[in-house]
Amino acid sequence: MHPAPSIILFTTLSGLGYGLAAVLGLGLLDPAAIATKFAHVLALALIGGGLLSSTLHLGNPQRAWRALSQWRSSWLSREGVMAILTFLPLVISAWMAIFESRHLLLPGLLGTVLCLVTVYCTGMIYASLKSVQTWHTPLTPLCYLLFAVAGGFVLAGFFAFCGSSRTVVVPILAIVSLIAAWAAKALWRDNMKRLVPLSTPESATGLGNIGHVRLFERPHVTENYLTREMGFKVARKHAGKLWLVALIAGGLIPVLLFLGLLLTGAENGLFPAFIAALAVVIHALGMLTERWLFFAEARHAVMNYYGG
Amino acid sequence: MTMLPAQSTPKKLGLVIDLDVCVGCHACVVSCKEWNTGGYGSALSDQDPYGADVSGAWLNRVHTFEVMPEGGEIVGEAGDARIVHFPKSCLHCEDAPCVTVCPTGASYKRSADGIVLVDEDKCIGCGLCAWACPYGAREMDVAAGVMKKCTLCIDRIYNETFEEVDRVPSCVRTCPANARHFGDLTDPHSDVSIMVAQRGGMDLMPEQGTRPVNKYLPPRPRKSLADSARGLPLAENTDGAKGFFAWLDGMLDRI
Repeated sequence: MHPAPSIILFTTLSGLGYGLAAVLGLGLLDPAAIATKFAHVLALALIGGGLLSSTLHLGNPQRAWRALSQWRSSWLSREGVMAILTFLPLVISAWMAIFESRHLLLPGLLGTVLCLVTVYCTGMIYASLKSVQTWHTPLTPLCYLLFAVAGGFVLAGFFAFCGSSRTVVVPILAIVSLIAAWAAKALWRDNMKRLVPLSTPESATGLGNIGHVRLFERPHVTENYLTREMGFKVARKHAGKLWLVALIAGGLIPVLLFLGLLLTGAENGLFPAFIAALAVVIHALGMLTERWLFFAEARHAVMNYYGG
Repeated sequence: MTMLPAQSTPKKLGLVIDLDVCVGCHACVVSCKEWNTGGYGSALSDQDPYGADVSGAWLNRVHTFEVMPEGGEIVGEAGDARIVHFPKSCLHCEDAPCVTVCPTGASYKRSADGIVLVDEDKCIGCGLCAWACPYGAREMDVAAGVMKKCTLCIDRIYNETFEEVDRVPSCVRTCPANARHFGDLTDPHSDVSIMVAQRGGMDLMPEQGTRPVNKYLPPRPRKSLADSARGLPLAENTDGAKGFFAWLDGMLDRI
């Protein structure tokens, strides 16, 4: 599948944003700290920015509001509806933290739940497509959820070290959730590698009972929308290396950095905050690589008609 | 409304494509493009139409496959391998995955005749339906930013200003080999249903669970090269000669 930059940016940014908002809803950060107020603003900005970038790949973005109408059958529509509903408790929580320096339990927890539901809908958009076998597994929404939670705790860890309250809970949860997320992703990737293709050139043409089917001629000599959109192959050559880059940057380095901070008993301050910021940036770069691979490595059934 | 019709549609209009007959001339492809660029919805745009990197939205394409039988003899590059031309357009599936994924309600399946259509005024061009279709039946019109697909020439088949003979999809009307047929596949007495029953009409990718309406008639069995060669008489053999030719054969032998 073609890795459209707008979708990669959207799923990465909004994943981080929803994760951070979900963690903030739990009230683990001191609502009086300036850093926590910035965290609320950043969460809303990431979510909003992600949603806006997702409209960039539309052919007719001016009609995007229509995407809220088909929630009964479409996961994409459900995602849109949930994204808008989620804004309500998030804005209330942000308002209370920024202007009143308080954390309200009800809007907080409601925000956490709705954030997770929205991310689940994002994962289900991909998991519901039988035509892309790699994605068509319950592990897909699980990975999306765990990555959002892990990213949320990594970001919250940074704000905890910036803030006035000394916390060990958030960095510990960041380490735990990062390990859980990458374990789930490793399982997902293992699953992908062991897949027996559901559809083959033989089943796609119905000619399998005559013999082995091979594409002789494409319908047109040049590329078309389908081969550009579904036939992306660039990543596969370096997929193994990119997976290692994603794993090390997205998981290993942030885990080691937080572990270092915990073990040295770092208090909040400039240097620990810098280390935590480094963990955030490296994690985000790793996630962009992971998302790129998620699309680039996925094979679509239609390529059985185009010679793989 | 992107929910599929709750009950099976009373009519299932669709195509039956005969892979034994198709000669791969691409006339249906061109005729489809010509009809649909001036018909239902926006024009089917092309990008860089006169340049080296031409591409565009087409609703019907002909692929060509080589099928090599198990243990088939290879002579040169081919031998027993056979070429099958393979026209492909929307199969108007009963469980159309492209319909249910649509977030806007632009994609829908008609409850009266089962035709799957796109309401271009509602389409936002997100492309998710094209991802959901395992057959590649949907192509984005890059100029209009909306998804295009086969309409089963809905603006021909119900058009009463046309002669009866012309009230079929453009691809069917134009096929010089008579490889494409149009009809109602719920009616067991329709020509298309009879063809499907007699020739073992098949679904493409049944494992995807889409239950396509369009059916494909498989190529008829063919003798292997070795079997075909056995029937040919050798030029030197005169065993079966009778009458004048037997006398001539004998005379020439004696000279």
